[in-house]
Amino acid sequence: MFHIYCPHCCEYREEEEFHAAGQSHIARPLDPDACTDKEWGEYMYFRANPRGIHHELWVHAAGCRKFFNITRNTQTYEIKEVYKVGEKPSVVADEAK
Amino acid sequence: MSDVTVEAMEGKLVTDQLPTGAIVGESPLHHSDLASIAKKGPQQGGVHFHERKLKGLLTLRCAPSAEQLAVIESLLGVALPMQPLTSVTTDAISVRWMSPDEWLIIVAGEQAFEIETQFQEKLTGHYALVNISGGTTILDVSGSHVVDMLKKSTPVDLHASEFPVGKVVSTVFAKSGATICRLADDKFELVVRRSFADYLWLWIQDASREYGLVVKA
Amino acid sequence: MTQDLSKQSNRLQEGGRIDRSKPLTFTYNGKQYKGFDGDTLASALLANGVDIIGRSFKYSRPRGIVAAGAEEPNAIMQIGSTEATQIPNVRATQQSLYAGLVASSTNGWPNVEMDLMGLVGKIGGKMMPPGFYYKTFMYPKSMWETYESYIRKAAGLGRAPKENDPDIYDKMNQHCDLLIVGAGPAGLMAALTAARSGARVIIADEQSEFGGSLLSSKEMLNGKPAAEWVKDVVQELSGFDDVLMLPNSQVNGYHDHNFLTIQQHCTDQFADRAPNGQIAQRLHRVRAKWVVLATGAHERPLVYGNNDVPGCMVANAVSTYINRYGVAPGKDLVLMTSNDNAYRAALDWHDAGRNVVAIVDSRKNPQGTFVDAARDRGISIIVGSGVIEAHGSKRVSGVSIAPLNDAGDAVVGPIIKMAADTVATSGGWSPVIHLSCHTGARPVWNDEILGFTPGATYQKQLTAGAINGAFSTAQALSEGVKVASDALSQLGLAKSDVALPETEVVEEGKAMALFHIPHTKPTSKAPKQFVDYQNDVTAAGIELACREGFESIEHVKRYTAMGFGTDQGKLGNINGMAIAAKMLNQTIPQTGTTIFRPNYTPVTFGAIAGRDCGELFDPERYTAMHAWHVEHGAKFEDVGQWKRAWYYPKGNETMQQALDRECLATRKSVGILDASTLGKIDIQGKDAREFLGRVYTNAWAKLPVGKCRYGLMCGEDGMVFDDGVTSCLAENHFLMTTTSGGAARVLSWLEIYHQTEWPELEVYFNSVTDHWSTMTISGPNSRKLLEKLTDYDVSKENMAFMDWKPMTVAGVPARVFRISFTGELSFEINVQANYGLHVWKALFEHGEEFNLTPYGTETMHILRAEKGFIIAGQDTDGSVHPFDLGMSWAVSMQKPFSFIGKRGMQREDCVRENRKQLVGLKTIDPKAVLPEGAQGVLDPKAPVPMPMVGHVTSSYWSANLNRSVAMGFVKGGLNKMGERVFYPLADGRVIEAEICSPVFLDPKGERQNV
Ligand SMILES: [Zn+2]
Repeated sequence: MFHIYCPHCCEYREEEEFHAAGQSHIARPLDPDACTDKEWGEYMYFRANPRGIHHELWVHAAGCRKFFNITRNTQTYEIKEVYKVGEKPSVVADEAK
Repeated sequence: MSDVTVEAMEGKLVTDQLPTGAIVGESPLHHSDLASIAKKGPQQGGVHFHERKLKGLLTLRCAPSAEQLAVIESLLGVALPMQPLTSVTTDAISVRWMSPDEWLIIVAGEQAFEIETQFQEKLTGHYALVNISGGTTILDVSGSHVVDMLKKSTPVDLHASEFPVGKVVSTVFAKSGATICRLADDKFELVVRRSFADYLWLWIQDASREYGLVVKA
Repeated sequence: MTQDLSKQSNRLQEGGRIDRSKPLTFTYNGKQYKGFDGDTLASALLANGVDIIGRSFKYSRPRGIVAAGAEEPNAIMQIGSTEATQIPNVRATQQSLYAGLVASSTNGWPNVEMDLMGLVGKIGGKMMPPGFYYKTFMYPKSMWETYESYIRKAAGLGRAPKENDPDIYDKMNQHCDLLIVGAGPAGLMAALTAARSGARVIIADEQSEFGGSLLSSKEMLNGKPAAEWVKDVVQELSGFDDVLMLPNSQVNGYHDHNFLTIQQHCTDQFADRAPNGQIAQRLHRVRAKWVVLATGAHERPLVYGNNDVPGCMVANAVSTYINRYGVAPGKDLVLMTSNDNAYRAALDWHDAGRNVVAIVDSRKNPQGTFVDAARDRGISIIVGSGVIEAHGSKRVSGVSIAPLNDAGDAVVGPIIKMAADTVATSGGWSPVIHLSCHTGARPVWNDEILGFTPGATYQKQLTAGAINGAFSTAQALSEGVKVASDALSQLGLAKSDVALPETEVVEEGKAMALFHIPHTKPTSKAPKQFVDYQNDVTAAGIELACREGFESIEHVKRYTAMGFGTDQGKLGNINGMAIAAKMLNQTIPQTGTTIFRPNYTPVTFGAIAGRDCGELFDPERYTAMHAWHVEHGAKFEDVGQWKRAWYYPKGNETMQQALDRECLATRKSVGILDASTLGKIDIQGKDAREFLGRVYTNAWAKLPVGKCRYGLMCGEDGMVFDDGVTSCLAENHFLMTTTSGGAARVLSWLEIYHQTEWPELEVYFNSVTDHWSTMTISGPNSRKLLEKLTDYDVSKENMAFMDWKPMTVAGVPARVFRISFTGELSFEINVQANYGLHVWKALFEHGEEFNLTPYGTETMHILRAEKGFIIAGQDTDGSVHPFDLGMSWAVSMQKPFSFIGKRGMQREDCVRENRKQLVGLKTIDPKAVLPEGAQGVLDPKAPVPMPMVGHVTSSYWSANLNRSVAMGFVKGGLNKMGERVFYPLADGRVIEAEICSPVFLDPKGERQNV
């Protein structure tokens, strides 16, 4: 059971108020019609499944109904940061690894 | 009446939704006959329950500019609470922060259309004001054990240090949801959806049983 | 009084925390006994000299009580005086005694004194190595269920009640600064320190009284008995508003981000049934800023031959029964130990006036305060030796003692035999690290204390006292203060003064690492040396597993079943690991440990369910007209959480008769449907139109004010997931409707695109589902009916098909939409929900002359199927796009923005020939109704498995057409009009159907356009 800080309500709430909505930062292609089947398939179906730092989109479903991002360690379940849609994460996986 | 349609300033429809004359509205808990329970039921107990029914409830959606804020304040008579999870309560009007771009406005039932009309006439720019009076009811719960009852129902921290008078949260309530505002140390307002009202009334009766439940007319 | 006491043959005349003035009668295995208020079931059974409390799982050997707390592996009871109040798998050591308690052994069938499995045990002992069940009972596979039920019954794993539990179990959400687990010296000290600083504290302990080890020892604090200090602290704590004290409460699970669950036994320590509707058990769901684990330690027994004969106990349990419960569970004690601490059991035994036969110490030269005390009392100490075997069958009758080598792994001298009825053993203490493991921390071996301590954690967790290997009371007290102070400073709270109580000075010599006592015979031939009592795992079994090639402790565990009982191997795991380590020539830390998982002790289903049962199991959502439907005999259907009227049978009508009547009445005159459950979303903003164009497959740019339009919503993959009518209320204002079940999903869909992809679009979405009551009047007379209730001109000329108009209906302002899901002339009347029932009733007041007939969801389904209208979720399943549905008319590929689904439905697979396509299915026999879900084949004579071409999605009897109507998928169906498809059914029948247009009635749409 996560304890999640909502960046809009500005306080911690219980996980049961939230829903996870998949990986963050998957932007819809600006011109879908120009995508090849492969490119479209990547956008639609391919997602990261890292051991460690991961960026996830969540929504405060029972609260303010706002979507926001969580940077989470999938191994330890630590939530490293939360940030609003449109913002960039400050904690990212070490590329060298 | 339905022919009372306010001219669409921002291309939006506003109509009076209440009948004139003798037609009485039926709140979501109407058929539970709370009035009889209030009369015949227990008069003492740790949890008090009252349906504050047939109020005017409006959802305001807006990311207000300074100009819009000023207009809204002049129309409501109170400033919008801009801090998350805060609220304003006066005798005439209550405003609850719901989200960075959403407020719940509670007024007397017949005043909802008046406010809608004024917004339609006076407020420009991007916003939405939606009448949800029929889809919502207000349950006032109070008493010496009200916090215990609520702790069975919602996961938010209700301790006075975390949840002072005036704080408002939208959260999980049993297997439904509610917007909870603390009106006094031992008094809370629950704004709930019509279709869930029976379930929540049943839940509150159950959760209050060990403390004794008093229904207030 | 004295008489009662005399029956309790092992009860001491004085001492303990029981109340001898309050005798309690209880029943165990059908026989009545007496105990006292303050007893546990275990202490009362021991007081009465009950030796055998169960039979072992595999070998069916008689077993007795070995411990005094949560770690007890044998005394697993079925509690309950009635069928409805049965609770299985209760540890007698944790069950407070109450008047009228009824308990029976869980293990042992037909009875514990002599049972059928006992025979199997004797002859099967040699035949039942580890893996026995896997090796023996798995073949033939078909017989497993037979074997299993027999084994379960004989092995006795407890049984669930056959009747509903009448008690109330509930849950409560809690928040605190500090959750302190365990109210022994460390926990109490931490609580006191935190409470005095104003912190919000919850302190929970599994026992009925706070105090932990202090309640079962003769220690002094501040020169007074420790229990008095406990009493003072408890009293002070109870004076703080922000301290919640939970005795009888097991902290069972430690989950991420400091979320813990506590099972509080509120009344089941007093009574079989909770009195006066009180809560029987409460599950506290706690979010703690900091957690202090002060869970103490369990004493580890030593493993030796026949160490399971009743009378073999853990040393500390002996002290606890004497000091806390006034029970000496035997007369002649032999204590075997590898450490000083356990000497206390012999001292307590001696001081209770019983005979200590000998202390057998594995060390050559024990020295320390307790050793001196034993010597002072003249107790015989046999050093450098071990008890290699206990004798007796239903109770210990004696022991064999032999000298051991320095390593403690070989017998090096002659055996001496001594008579005794009780053997207490101690191999040291194992910290209770279980909760710390729940969040994934791996325990760390500590050579100093010969045990595992909590590993590094990501939780805000602190540990104090014996869990850290700080076994002395003085250490526990000071660690309690320290962790609380650390937490307070993290919380930004000032620390107040707390003085440590004065403790007695105790000197203890070094303990020896000893787990498994050798025998003169090799382990495999020696009398059984039990490691895990509950699952009958022996030292020989572990050695065998290692010899058979299992090297990982996790594999050894699974092969032998060690630690898989309801006790999770609390007593045996470390001994088992030590034995495996030795076999594998490794150290214990190299061998590793197994990780404990939630829950610490078994949790009742009642506590897990809480109040989410019966009528509160799931919310039932009602429309404003619900009471009317109930009054008029409606049968209801669940649509999501909604209760929707399904059909309204009259008199003795069957369901089909009711449906036929409703269908005919609607098409002939007028019917009415409560459609309030339709999802409704208010959409406002200057970009509302643009947004609609992006989420719907068709065009919205030119929809005029006052008009309605049907739309399909697809995912990015191009597959239909919802549909509905959206109406233009004003230039920048729309009302979208969704399916009843899809409302929340659609709103969330709109929001996620608005918030994450197109935040620049000026639009707001708000749910108004509950705000509007929606009633649809449908049928040729619907206009005439509406005219009776409104002055508004609802003629075709003024209000055309797909128009909406504001008007007053029955005195209530309404928005009326001329849309149709039946193919008939229809008006969908929307009014503010507080007036829904008023308008509904008014329609019936005027509807009599038109035979206004209420119809439910089933008739709605039939009427729309006659017209070939789809229901998203029934005729779609997430794998069909609009073209598969034959609905290309609802897709505008020319829109400038690439709407959601457009790219997806152009993928290679979506444009291939021979996709499954939705078509009408006209059975050749008009009376035959295809079952929904039936699979079609083109050649019913083809060999099995026949190639399947698609399934039936909707199928009904149509009273209006006097034949069946159906829709379904057929591969390439849109190009197969007129061809035949066959549906072989499970009952052997084959129904033949012709592929046709799904529109069975009024293909030109004339009826709705009048
Ligand atoms: Zn929020």
